[in-house]
Amino acid sequence: MTSGPVKTLSPLQLAWRRYRRSRVGVFSGYVLLVLYLVALFAGFLAPYSSVTQNSLNPYQPPQRVHWFRDGRLQRPFVYVMKQERDPVTFVRRFAEDTSQPQPVRFFVRGDSYGFLGLIPSNIHLFGVEGGSIYLFGTDKLGRCLFSRILIGAQVSLTVGIVAVIISFFLGILIGGISGYYGGRTDALIQRLIEILLSIPTLPILLALAIIIPPEWPAAWVFLGIVVVISLIRWASIARVVRGQVLSLRELDYVQAARALGATDLSVIFRHLLPNLTSFLIVTATLTIPSYIILETTLSFLGLGIKEPLSSWGYLLRDVREEGFGVLSLYPWLLIPGIFITVTVLAFNFFGDALRDAADVRS
Amino acid sequence: MWLYLLRRVLLIPPALLLISALVFAVVYLQPGNALQQYLEDPRFTEETKRLIERQYGLDQPPHIQYLMWLRGVVLGPLDFGQSIKFGRPVVSVLGEALGWTVFVALITIVFTWLIAIPLGIYTALNRYGPLSVVSNFVGYIGLAVPDFLVVLLLVAWVLSTGGTNVGGLFSPQFIDAPWGWAKFVNLMSHLWIPVVAIGLEGVAGLMRQMRSSMLDVLNQDYIRTARSKGLAARVVVYKHAVRNAINPMISLAGLQLPQLISSSIVVSIILNLPTIGPLLFDALIGKDQFLSMAVLMIAAFLLMVGNLLADMALAWADPRIRYD
Repeated sequence: MTSGPVKTLSPLQLAWRRYRRSRVGVFSGYVLLVLYLVALFAGFLAPYSSVTQNSLNPYQPPQRVHWFRDGRLQRPFVYVMKQERDPVTFVRRFAEDTSQPQPVRFFVRGDSYGFLGLIPSNIHLFGVEGGSIYLFGTDKLGRCLFSRILIGAQVSLTVGIVAVIISFFLGILIGGISGYYGGRTDALIQRLIEILLSIPTLPILLALAIIIPPEWPAAWVFLGIVVVISLIRWASIARVVRGQVLSLRELDYVQAARALGATDLSVIFRHLLPNLTSFLIVTATLTIPSYIILETTLSFLGLGIKEPLSSWGYLLRDVREEGFGVLSLYPWLLIPGIFITVTVLAFNFFGDALRDAADVRS
Repeated sequence: MWLYLLRRVLLIPPALLLISALVFAVVYLQPGNALQQYLEDPRFTEETKRLIERQYGLDQPPHIQYLMWLRGVVLGPLDFGQSIKFGRPVVSVLGEALGWTVFVALITIVFTWLIAIPLGIYTALNRYGPLSVVSNFVGYIGLAVPDFLVVLLLVAWVLSTGGTNVGGLFSPQFIDAPWGWAKFVNLMSHLWIPVVAIGLEGVAGLMRQMRSSMLDVLNQDYIRTARSKGLAARVVVYKHAVRNAINPMISLAGLQLPQLISSSIVVSIILNLPTIGPLLFDALIGKDQFLSMAVLMIAAFLLMVGNLLADMALAWADPRIRYD
C-alpha cells in the first residue's frame, strides 16, 4: 500500500517534461532568449548608436579583436585601420596599422541612448577611446553594422510578436463568432474567409504597405507595418478556431454557462478559448517566423521600416540600392541575413518542440 | 467529376468580383496619384491635370470609378484601363509579362518536383544516411532563409566566381536576337538563380512531406504482403509505395501555389525579370493604379486556376477520390 497523497502532475507539467526532452527545442529556446535579451539591452551592448556616421570610414571591413601582441597575451585590443588607394585601380583598401593598438575598454562613455528605452545613459559595454571598433564593419555612411544589427533586432524581433497578437485577436474573435453562432452568420463568414485565403499574400501585402503615408513618423510607420502584416494570416486562424468552437459549443458546461446568463462574448473568451490555449500558443510560435520574414521582405524592398528605426531587412536594403557589385566588394553587408536565418530557424525548432510537447498522444 | 469541375468554375466569377472590390479599395486608399509627379513640370498645369483626370474618370466618386473599371473589365472584355506610366492599355503591357510569369512558375514547379520527390524517397529509405542528414539540414535552412536572401547569396557567389549572368533573363546581346541554341543557353544561365531561389522553399516542404508520406506507406500491410510474396525490392518501392505516397504531394502542390506566386514576385523584383513582379512593384510605387489593380487581379486569378488544376490532377492520379 502506498501512503500519503499520490503525486500527480498537471498537464502543463507533463508538457514541460516532454518539452525538456527535445534537445534541439530547448537549445532553440535559449537562443531565442539570448536574442531577445540582446534586443532589450541593445543600446548598452552596442558600442555606437545606430545613426552615428563616420564619413571617413565608409565600407570599412570588420575589425578583428586581437589577444596577442609580440607573442604575449594581452587584454583584447584592435588596431587602428588605415586607408590606402590601390595605385592601379584606385579602389580604397583598409589595412590594420599594427603600430597603433587600441585596447578594448569596458563600460566606456559614448553615444547617448535610453537604457531599456527609458533611462537616459551613455555607458556602453565596450568600446575604444580614440580610433574605432567596428566588429562587423561599416556601411556606406560609415555606420557601425554591429550596433545597427543589435538595435535593428528591436524592430525585427518585436514585429512578429505584436503582429501575431493582433492577427490572433482578429482570428479568434471572427472565428469564435462564426463557430459560436453558426447558421447564416457562419456560412457568410466562411465564404468570405475562403475568398480571402485565395488572394496571394505578397502582392496584396505590397499594395497595403503602400497605403502607409511616407510622411508619417517612423514609429507610426512601424505600427502601420505591423497592422498590415497582421491582416495577412488571421483568416486561417479564424478557420481553425471556428472548427474547434463549433465542436465545443454543444458541451454541457457551455450550455450551463449560457443558462447562468453569461454573455456570448464571455462564453467565447472565458469558457471556450481556454480549451484552445495550447493549440493557439503552438500556432502563434510557428506563425511568428513567417511574420518576421514578411517584415524583412517589406523592409528590404523599401516598403517597410524607415529611418531612424532599422531592422535586419532594412540593413540588407543597402545591397539592393547600391547594386549587386557591393556583394563581392563588401560581403559583410550580408551579416544581418545570418541573424534573420538563425532567428527563424530557432522559432521553427522551438515551435516544433512545443507542438510535440502539447500533443498528448506523443 | 465534371459536375464538380463545373461547380468550381462557376464559383470563380463571384470570388473574383469580391476580390476586385477589395483590390479596388486597397489601391484607391493609396495616397497620392500618378499625375502629381508631373506637376513639377511648369508646362503641366493644374488645368491639364484635371483634364487627364476627367479622361481617366479619376474625378468621379470612388463607387462610380469602381463600377466604370468593372464595366471595362467585364464588358470590355478585359479592358483593364490605361497604364498611366506606359501610356497604353494595361492589357498590352501585361501580355508578355504574363507569359514569362507562367513560364518561370512552370519551370520552378518541374524543378521542385524533380529534386524533392527523389530526395524524399531516398531519405525515407535511408533515414540515417549521410545524404539524408545533409538534405534534412538543407531543408530546414531552406524554410528559414527568406527568398530575397537566397537570391543575394547566389548572386554573391556567382559574382565572386567571376560570373556576370545575374539579373534579367538574357545578356544584353541576346535580348533582341532570334531564338537559337546560344540564346537558349544564355537564358538557362540566367534562369537557374530565380528558379532555385523561388523553388527552395517548395523543395524543402515537398521533400519533408514526401519523406513522411513514404514512411507512412512503407508501414502499411500491403507493402509487407508485397515483400513477403517475394517481389523485388525495387518493384515494392517504386510500383507500390511511391505510387501511393505521391498522391498527398499533389494536393500539397496546390497549397504551395500562393507561396510560389509570392516568391516569384519578390525574386523577380530583385533580379528584374520581365514578369508581373517588377510591373506590380513599379506600378505601386508610381501610383499607376490601373496597372496595379490588373496585376493584383491576375495574381488572384492565377492562384485560383492553379488550385483548380491541382485538384483535377489529384483526381486523375488518385482514382479513389470522388468529388461528386
